[in-house]
Amino acid sequence: MTPPRTLFAKIWERHRITDLPGGMTLMAIDRIFLHERTGAVALRGLQAAGRGVADPARAFCVMDHIVDTRPGRGDQTLMPGGQAFITDTRAAAQSTGITLFDVTDPDQGIVHVISPELGIVLPGATLIAPDSHTCTQGALGAFAWGIGSSEAEHALATGTLRVSQPRTMRVSFSGRLGAGVTPKDMAIALIARHGAAGGTGCAVEFAGDAVASLDMEGRMTLCNMAAEFGAMSALIAPDVTTIEYLKGRRYAPPGLLWGRAVKHWRSLVSDPGATFEIEIAMDAGAIEPMVSWGTSPEHSVGIGESIPASAGERALTYMGVHKGRALRGLPINAAFIGSCTNSRLSDLRRAAALLVGRRIAPGITALCVPGSTAVKRAAEAEGLDKVFTAAGFEWRESGCSMCFFAGGERFPAGARVISSTNRNFEGRQGPGIRTHIASPETVAASAIAGAIADPREFVR
Amino acid sequence: MRPLTTVTAVAVPLLRDNIDTDAIIPSREMRTTGRSGLADGLFAGWRYQGGEGRQPNPEFVLNQPRFAGAQILLAGQNFGCGSSREHAVWALAEFGFRAVLAQSFAPIFYRNCIRNGMLPAVLGGAALAQIAATVEANPVSEQISIEVASGTISLPDGRQWHFELEAAAKTMLMEGLDEIDLTLKLRSAIEAFATRDRVERPWIYLEDL
Repeated sequence: MTPPRTLFAKIWERHRITDLPGGMTLMAIDRIFLHERTGAVALRGLQAAGRGVADPARAFCVMDHIVDTRPGRGDQTLMPGGQAFITDTRAAAQSTGITLFDVTDPDQGIVHVISPELGIVLPGATLIAPDSHTCTQGALGAFAWGIGSSEAEHALATGTLRVSQPRTMRVSFSGRLGAGVTPKDMAIALIARHGAAGGTGCAVEFAGDAVASLDMEGRMTLCNMAAEFGAMSALIAPDVTTIEYLKGRRYAPPGLLWGRAVKHWRSLVSDPGATFEIEIAMDAGAIEPMVSWGTSPEHSVGIGESIPASAGERALTYMGVHKGRALRGLPINAAFIGSCTNSRLSDLRRAAALLVGRRIAPGITALCVPGSTAVKRAAEAEGLDKVFTAAGFEWRESGCSMCFFAGGERFPAGARVISSTNRNFEGRQGPGIRTHIASPETVAASAIAGAIADPREFVR
Repeated sequence: MRPLTTVTAVAVPLLRDNIDTDAIIPSREMRTTGRSGLADGLFAGWRYQGGEGRQPNPEFVLNQPRFAGAQILLAGQNFGCGSSREHAVWALAEFGFRAVLAQSFAPIFYRNCIRNGMLPAVLGGAALAQIAATVEANPVSEQISIEVASGTISLPDGRQWHFELEAAAKTMLMEGLDEIDLTLKLRSAIEAFATRDRVERPWIYLEDL
């Protein structure tokens, strides 16, 4: 009898080409995704070395990171020099024959939003992208991880990567989330408790009732934040929710192959008795809406809590807060809904539900940036755009936008921003900008209140 | 890739935890689509007054003349977390760094180092604190020596520490090999895998569909 194996081990063994001297393994890479910020340099490096892409049909590229999100956009972008990233990437993508989702393509969007939308990422597949949040796509039961540009070049040229086997970790969320508490809060609660390096180097499987009951978009949010936990990747075993989600998507297995693929996917679970090097248990029912107070995602507390006595001076000074201060009621200047963490249709629906018939507080700058052009179209078909704009939010074209400051569009100087993004690092959204990460509901509620607010008080 | 076997140089202490790649090279400093022109933007948010412009912040350690010419950086836990941007390593290398000694590294940054001739050496917190205290007192005379082959870090007074490095990583650093060339030599194994896999998982091979 074969010993019980983890989901990760099954995917790892399936893709192992050969073990290499020195402890690494040569792994087959099923899908490669590039974007214009870090992908162009990989493609150009490849070309400079006189190499081609091993299998262009399995390599994709999208313009998402620095594209303009204002209406009527083209190649012009507010980032100084940004246009070259777009035109260089386009030229390199076209000459290597990989599939490009260009600025005005109806399928354009943030890489980790469109890859699942189009069925490019599949259960049991290996997928890499030169982007740290590639772990998002493990929500579909893939082994997906972020790499650097040199590794991307290697994968493009050879269809493989040299990989050190990660440690395995399982994080089990039991119980049920309370009303107004979201997968984003689950992720931040995990990081707050176990640290921003708590999952370093691990392939983390998220499991338990509270994970199984999440929809696909919620699973993507949870897996996305594994990057802020230090994890190499995150995985959730594919189930009926995953399979229903993928059915009929453009790059999903067609015709008779669908049934064969599903049969394979249903085997992709951690066997009973499979062991993980690290196990963590979390009680989903005990999680509150979470908000960060400092400059690392681990600097986070429940909305009802205060900044802890253990808080470091450097983070406190940068954020302009002090120990013992309650987060709730802290005045904000700006609100941002978007990013690969929280910009999908369900995120926008939940935020809009709080905003219907309400206005954001005077003086607040508020933006909603859908995660993909398809999300934007679907949201507009439901009238969500009108809810956001009536409340005082700007409604944008899709892209990564102000999740990070690339030198172009910026928040007002010194702004305190409540943001549905993933990183509250010093300067991440601009020099001196103070970022508090939270769920889209918490962002919407805070925008209405003009101060960090508990979304549960705004549910009708 | 430039091989790295030994380095003896001034070290700079920056013993903070969670120094992220946005701090190492802010997105706004990644101005071109190439791998160069990044040294100026290294730690820009801390190195320049107000985090922008080019007016040096005299309090930031890299701006202090006594650390001029430093090639070794000392840091805390989870160094290089955040964005996967390899520009963080390229910026450190272009500035002159050849090694980072830290309590732990974020995995993507670690792998990016190995592929760019930059040593990421993991040391205990106590060792780092001792080394930092020594170089802080006198960075120029207390230069650090690193030998990759034996995994040894030494100070002029003879104190030594050991670091572990996976054999493959050690070889890559010391020989400066082109990894893609090495892998392309394994073509027959790759093709054999693909032939088998195409039968077992045909839906993966989009060009056939």
